[in-house]
Amino acid sequence: MKKLMLGNEAFARGLYEGGCRLISSYPGTPSTEITEFGAEYDAMYAEWAPNEKVAMETAVGASIAGARSFCGMKHVGLNVAADPLYTASYTGVTGGLVIAVADDPGMHSSQNEQDSRHHAIASKVPMLEPSDSAECRDFVKEAFEISEKFDTPIIVRLSTRVAHSQSSVELQDREEHDIIPYKKNAPKYAMVPAFAKARHIVVEERTKKLTEFAEKSPLNKTEINNGKIGVITSGISYQYAKEALGDGVSYLKLGMVNPLPVKLIQDFASKFDTVYVIEELDDIIEAHCKKIGVNVIGKELFGFIGELSQSIIAEKILGKKTEFTEFLEAVPVRPPVMCAGCPHRGLFYSLAKNNIIVSGDIGCYSLGSAAPLNSMDSIICMGASISALHGMNKISGKEGEKKSIAVIGDSTFIHSGITSLINIAYNATNSTVIILDNSITGMTGHQQNPTTGMNLKGDPASKVSLEELCKAVGINRIRVVDPYNMAQTEAAILEELTVEEPSVIISRRPCALLKYVKHKPALRVDTDKCKSCKMCLKIGCPAISIKDGKAAIEKTQCVGCGICTEMCKFDAITE
Amino acid sequence: METKSIMIVGVGGQGSLLASRIIGNVLLSQGFDVKVSEVHGMSQRGGSVVTYVKYGDKVYSPVIEKGEADIIVSFELLEAARWVSYLKKGGHLITSTQQLDPMPVVTGAAEYPENIADKLQELGVDVISADALSLAEKAGSAKASNVVLMGLIASKMDFPDEVWKDAIKQCVKEKFHELNLKAFELGKNI
Ligand SMILES: Cc1ncc(C[n+]2csc(CCOP(=O)(O)OP(=O)(O)O)c2C)c(N)n1
Repeated sequence: MKKLMLGNEAFARGLYEGGCRLISSYPGTPSTEITEFGAEYDAMYAEWAPNEKVAMETAVGASIAGARSFCGMKHVGLNVAADPLYTASYTGVTGGLVIAVADDPGMHSSQNEQDSRHHAIASKVPMLEPSDSAECRDFVKEAFEISEKFDTPIIVRLSTRVAHSQSSVELQDREEHDIIPYKKNAPKYAMVPAFAKARHIVVEERTKKLTEFAEKSPLNKTEINNGKIGVITSGISYQYAKEALGDGVSYLKLGMVNPLPVKLIQDFASKFDTVYVIEELDDIIEAHCKKIGVNVIGKELFGFIGELSQSIIAEKILGKKTEFTEFLEAVPVRPPVMCAGCPHRGLFYSLAKNNIIVSGDIGCYSLGSAAPLNSMDSIICMGASISALHGMNKISGKEGEKKSIAVIGDSTFIHSGITSLINIAYNATNSTVIILDNSITGMTGHQQNPTTGMNLKGDPASKVSLEELCKAVGINRIRVVDPYNMAQTEAAILEELTVEEPSVIISRRPCALLKYVKHKPALRVDTDKCKSCKMCLKIGCPAISIKDGKAAIEKTQCVGCGICTEMCKFDAITE
Repeated sequence: METKSIMIVGVGGQGSLLASRIIGNVLLSQGFDVKVSEVHGMSQRGGSVVTYVKYGDKVYSPVIEKGEADIIVSFELLEAARWVSYLKKGGHLITSTQQLDPMPVVTGAAEYPENIADKLQELGVDVISADALSLAEKAGSAKASNVVLMGLIASKMDFPDEVWKDAIKQCVKEKFHELNLKAFELGKNI
């Protein structure tokens, strides 16, 4: 049967068909759906781990226990999981171990644009790169084979356009792979220096063997056409190049991007007058070519920033431009916003109003950085809000402590905020931390996490009590507020900022988009009472706008949260 | 057949994912090679969203670039203006007349252009506009305006109605079949 599948869905299909038994991941766009689709197959156990490091270690454990296993994450997630990766490279595997890492060139949903091929090179782990959904499925199955044959974890690298594009896949049956019986093998798995020294030798030997494999593997494909131009490319860039240049040039499509072949590239390049390397982000293939004495043109044309496309390639190589018509007036931008009824909204208004320095974090609440709230001072990576606040407060002292705060979501707090909070308690700053507990991992599309009381399958699970947890690490001032009650929330923030003790405010209210959340009827504006003061616009609610000089509430969007009624001094907004 | 391109644009939450899946399934059932490119994550939160559908004998790039789209379907007027540069010369622009103010307009930092459909027409673009929201409400839910617009596209493409209806049934939950089929009919008969 042929089916239209998202790259991530096809990836999950590949896991299923390839006999995978365990999936442990942490969500992150554009990788999340691999695990969500994977969880739909009963043959595979699937879970959301608290963070990527835990996910990878879980998958490593399952591999040691003899099963084909998997963990998936976005590019920055691999930074978190880098520690186990670099040493699992030394131990190798028992059951095949496949790791998905999804890069986000163009930063559709990310805080940086790092190229995760560097991790594959640095950890000396092979990496494959599919260019459409059918290849996602096929490459995952091949990845399990390579993992077991060469005794190594293996990374399959996706990019947003591969992960989130649908194309057709011919479904196949699952191949069962029995669990390989456990045998104690400390020299392979217990990485003390003496054993690790021996394993490093094995790793270097393995890289040589993998390079030989790369010379001949059908993962690396040559397409010879007429003409004097050769193109070396991989992943989605191959699709862009094919569309732009068609059969007028020849291609070396690299399905395996680490280690890269040497002879294959030299032989291919020797056939052409000009060879282009077309790759997004960093110059990994290009630098390799230059190192092995192959003269190529790459980044001087395409640069290191953002996504490529067929039109960029057509323009740079063929000098061709497509004509188009443009709207003649300025079109206002439409940035993403917090949803109507978002429990984060009122709180950010209060923070902005009181000029509080906000050490921010990553989640839906990152949208608090946009106008009109403009209330984030810094956003670095998951968990950094709390630790960075501690650092700031160590420098700015008592005065700083009274006007700066950290904000962090429930999933992010569990991911890596808790260790930062321990640091605040242990190394003592009078920092104030707000946990924005909307009872879900919102930004990535509603995944369960250890604070929600449910697991990936939607079954009841053990639930972390944030109050008890914060108490247990040494925080004595912990209070819970309802962010729909703006006055109470603001008072709590101002009070906690002044006390000379670390404190945690848990702002608790489930995400308005959760299915079980009951909405109140839409609010409406009494236009006689509305004085057009526009105070209600300051909270940046997408349901409120000005129509004919007066505030107006869009009834299909409003969920009746009532934050705007608290903003209105004239009681003009009512049920 | 040369590759054809359809672009679906709108505001996050308006249902462009569903629309692209319906079109994708129609095209797959007609034996085309199909690629559908979606946007997930951040921009879904009320931002400007764009979905690409491409089909033909063999499709390579899943994305559509400026001047390449044969059809643009817009769920919102401002988005039609934003993305019109992606339309090929001679292409069709189908747009809902619905207007949603983006945040800079709400806060007064920018203005929502007036008479967008007329201005697009003046540029020589073939604009087909429809009050998809009212028709969807007539079908039973404002949420079905995406499927009303599917009806309008169907009238610009040469596939039997049954194929579209099957694709709709495949892509929406059974309890919403009737509502969406009605929305499709209303769009088709505009
Ligand atoms: C290391 C890392 N992993 C994953 C992500 C993707 N990501 C961004 S925000 C987020 C979680 C947000 O959930 P939560 O903290 O509960 O806040 P909410 O969005 O619900 O407000 C995730 C997983 C990331 N940016 N960095």
